[in-house]
Amino acid sequence: MIEMIKGFLILTGALFMLLAALGILRLPDLLTRMHATTKAAALGVILIMLSVAVHFGEVAVVARAFAIIVFVVMTAPVAAHVIGRAGYFVGSKLWSGTVKDELRPNYDPLTHELKSGLETEANAVHQPRESDR
Amino acid sequence: MDTVILLSQVLMSFALILAFVRVVRGPSLPDRVVALELFASIVVGMVGVYAIKMDVSSFLDAAIVIALMGFLAAIGFARFLERGGPRDD
Repeated sequence: MIEMIKGFLILTGALFMLLAALGILRLPDLLTRMHATTKAAALGVILIMLSVAVHFGEVAVVARAFAIIVFVVMTAPVAAHVIGRAGYFVGSKLWSGTVKDELRPNYDPLTHELKSGLETEANAVHQPRESDR
Repeated sequence: MDTVILLSQVLMSFALILAFVRVVRGPSLPDRVVALELFASIVVGMVGVYAIKMDVSSFLDAAIVIALMGFLAAIGFARFLERGGPRDD
């Protein structure tokens, strides 16, 4: 029974990793590639570490396996966010079939400023605080 | 169990090859960074499977370190990219 659970977890994890690699190879632009890799690869690592925990079944090893899982779950979204942000600001092209890019009308790539579209002449002026001087 | 482990190792090696194709071809630097991060995740998985195969739990420490290095490399590359401003490669 435990053997079956282990084998199932390992195989699904490996399959999800293969899926992530296929996604990074086949999808058209940076953001879609990132959406494939971060989620599928993190799920693959989680499944394989679960099977490691089931296989060894000692407190120390299970704690380490769960430490890896927690680490991956915490860092994968942060890394994806940071790279996606850098990629957008660097000017990587979006796929031609992109439906919505809400940052485009409001963001000025030259001055690196974000606008809300609700500015008036009065509140668009920069007002320095006391601590700025 | 041995067949399952061998099969999963083959699948993950194939995934490594596909990610490597993206590292070589990748039209821009962010694409390559994403592919390298995927590399780190797949290698963590491979180390886990190898720990099961060899029945040695100490390999998990290596997996932790590889995961940490992948994350730090991604953050560092992102900082480097953003510092450079718009680019066209």
